[in-house]
Amino acid sequence: MATRDWIQIGLYVLVLLLAAKPLGVYMARVLDGERTIMARVLGWLERLIFKAGGVDPNESMGWKRYGANVLGFSVASTLLVFGLQRLQGVLPLNPSGLVAVSADSSLNTASSFVTNTNWQGYAGESTMSYLTQMLGLTVQNFASAAVGIGVLAALIRGLRSNGASGIGNFWADITRSTLYILLPLSIVFSLFFVSQGVVQTFDSSEKVQLTHSMTGADGEIVNEQIIARGPAASQVAIKQLGTNGGGFFNVNSAHPLESPTPASNFLQCLGILLIPAALCTTFGVMVGQRKQGWALLAAMLVLFLTFLIPTVIQEQQGNPTFASLSLTGSANWEGKEARFGIGNSALWATATTAASNGSVNSMHDSFTPLGGLFPMALMQLGEVVFGGVGSGLYGMLVFAIITVFIAGLMVGRTPEYLGKKIDVFEMKMASLVILIPCVVTLLCTAIALVWPSADAGVSQGAKGMANAGAHGFSELLYNYSSMANNNGSAFAGFSANVLFHNILGAVAMWLSRFWIIIPVLAIAGSLARKKVIPSGQGTLPTHTPLFVILLCSVVLIVGALTFIPALGLGPIVEHLQISR
Amino acid sequence: MRTFLTSIRMLLCFTLVCGVAYPLLITGISQVVFPTQANGSMIMENGKVVGSSLIGQAFSDPKHFWGRPSATSPAYNSAASSGSNLGPTNPALIEAIRERVKMLRAVDPTNTKPVPTELVTASGSGLDPHISPSAAEYQIPRVARARGISEVKVRDLVKQFTRGPQLGILGEPVVNVLELNLALDREPSP
Repeated sequence: MATRDWIQIGLYVLVLLLAAKPLGVYMARVLDGERTIMARVLGWLERLIFKAGGVDPNESMGWKRYGANVLGFSVASTLLVFGLQRLQGVLPLNPSGLVAVSADSSLNTASSFVTNTNWQGYAGESTMSYLTQMLGLTVQNFASAAVGIGVLAALIRGLRSNGASGIGNFWADITRSTLYILLPLSIVFSLFFVSQGVVQTFDSSEKVQLTHSMTGADGEIVNEQIIARGPAASQVAIKQLGTNGGGFFNVNSAHPLESPTPASNFLQCLGILLIPAALCTTFGVMVGQRKQGWALLAAMLVLFLTFLIPTVIQEQQGNPTFASLSLTGSANWEGKEARFGIGNSALWATATTAASNGSVNSMHDSFTPLGGLFPMALMQLGEVVFGGVGSGLYGMLVFAIITVFIAGLMVGRTPEYLGKKIDVFEMKMASLVILIPCVVTLLCTAIALVWPSADAGVSQGAKGMANAGAHGFSELLYNYSSMANNNGSAFAGFSANVLFHNILGAVAMWLSRFWIIIPVLAIAGSLARKKVIPSGQGTLPTHTPLFVILLCSVVLIVGALTFIPALGLGPIVEHLQISR
Repeated sequence: MRTFLTSIRMLLCFTLVCGVAYPLLITGISQVVFPTQANGSMIMENGKVVGSSLIGQAFSDPKHFWGRPSATSPAYNSAASSGSNLGPTNPALIEAIRERVKMLRAVDPTNTKPVPTELVTASGSGLDPHISPSAAEYQIPRVARARGISEVKVRDLVKQFTRGPQLGILGEPVVNVLELNLALDREPSP
């Protein structure tokens, strides 16, 4: 069993790396507006959208215009998703007759999907009508991912241009990424998923008469089973590819109708890291030095494996307290599906938190203490290990800027990256990008722990905990790490769908999405105006193994300095308790 | 303001393409090419839907194979999927496992083999349709005895509903509990 786990993980990494190059080269051509195969097929639609939207795709925007459009588009999206949830009761395509979602939950979910977080306080099958899932959630799965790719493209253009004021056209970027990258991949993925058994129907739930009645929890006789369905496959494909992660059903890809087979599991898991990994190639191609892209990909891979391997081992070794129960082994099967097994569950948990995906195929809340720590820490690193579509790489590029700055301090040279001098302005913006998610995570956790709830002496944070002791704190810390880094996965026992957490979470998600995007665009604008200086003897090469090690160290040190005390209170204490 | 108006127009375009055309296209193709899968892989018996081959059902009779414990309420509630979300140090988790071991032992007192871990730990979805081959093997003597048929006969049926790793490498070998039990019920009683 363990051997097969490792073979599958090896196969996963291999396929990921093999796909990264061709897809990355293709995406570079899309972002540079070249005539790709898909542009030949769907070019008419692109032109139609530009015409209907009233935009000129050839106008290159300055960073402030670009940013204003990002914000305008996101605010409009939030309003639409909010409105759809509030009105779904009177809108069509609601065969199960679901009522309007509460205002605070609607706000949280709208913020969540617009910021590419896809935190889900609600249970999909019993809350959202088919119309809301399609027009609201599926659309934002595409749009928020496309915005991430767009901002990344803008930063890359800033790095490569030689004294220009524009960093590209926002509308062209998101339209082309959607039509030529996300949509074709989603079509292929979703049809494969349906072939495996993922549902895709507009029919209502199926009511099944059981051949054997069963006794319910309160002794009542249950003799029917209601099987919730819906247009799931089309949403599942893009939630994986766009690092969104918002499941159609409550338990996400652990649900047998959301991921029925090991093959659907493999492809969905691949979908999590596929575009983030390939964008490293895209970066290399666009700046004209492919090695620069490989170096970032290598750093991401090193960090990923560093967290993946111990997670798998922890879950295989499992829960030592099982030893007294006369079982066949202590492997941690709680919350995991039989068809996937331990290895695939741990692999998914690591991939989904390395990328800011947040979908799950097993219940992270039931992971062993350290098996849960590594995914949590991956989010806390700021979602730069592959990270979100676009957002992971622009985050990593900011870390690269910090790294050349630190290296510059060590040797007493002016730091530069790809021939662009890094000055005070860039460093200020880079510091904002690094610090904001850290601050938001810790502050929100702290606020939740002291904010009083209706119960005397119980804080809002403590009230939501499903498990007592250190694990309860882990739940709270995990959930705000998830929202404040735009991940979306959860220690799902925590009751987060209440007014307090819905509002605080929505604020956290907005802050860490847009307070990162704006400084990143500012860096892009500032770098774009600078002239490229030829590299000299004092230039630190940024494509060497040395740089990869430096970059990994900077990412780890920033994360460790910020979060080890908090992790000490949760998973580390729990680990000491369990292994006593 | 102009930015916002453009945003709304572009958002409408995105909604039409990604929120209307895309799901309709996928639904259309799926319903033609994969009608069974797209509608939930339902199992028909005598013209009636008796379940989905992908969604488990709760069995508690010794004559049937038992699936994995389900944390939904009631068990295997396919309108509200859920895991237990019990943490590894939660006493309720250990207590629940101990209770399930006791129930398995109670209907099968002569069986002293260790209980397969996955048979007494709740699945992630609460709807897991599968158990491992070893969890099936553990239950074969009990089911055979309760039905008065030979273990060989039961083991043959188990084998028939066992699926190896997909493509020889992906995932775990599993037994489909509902399909197996339906087949057992179709067997003529001795």
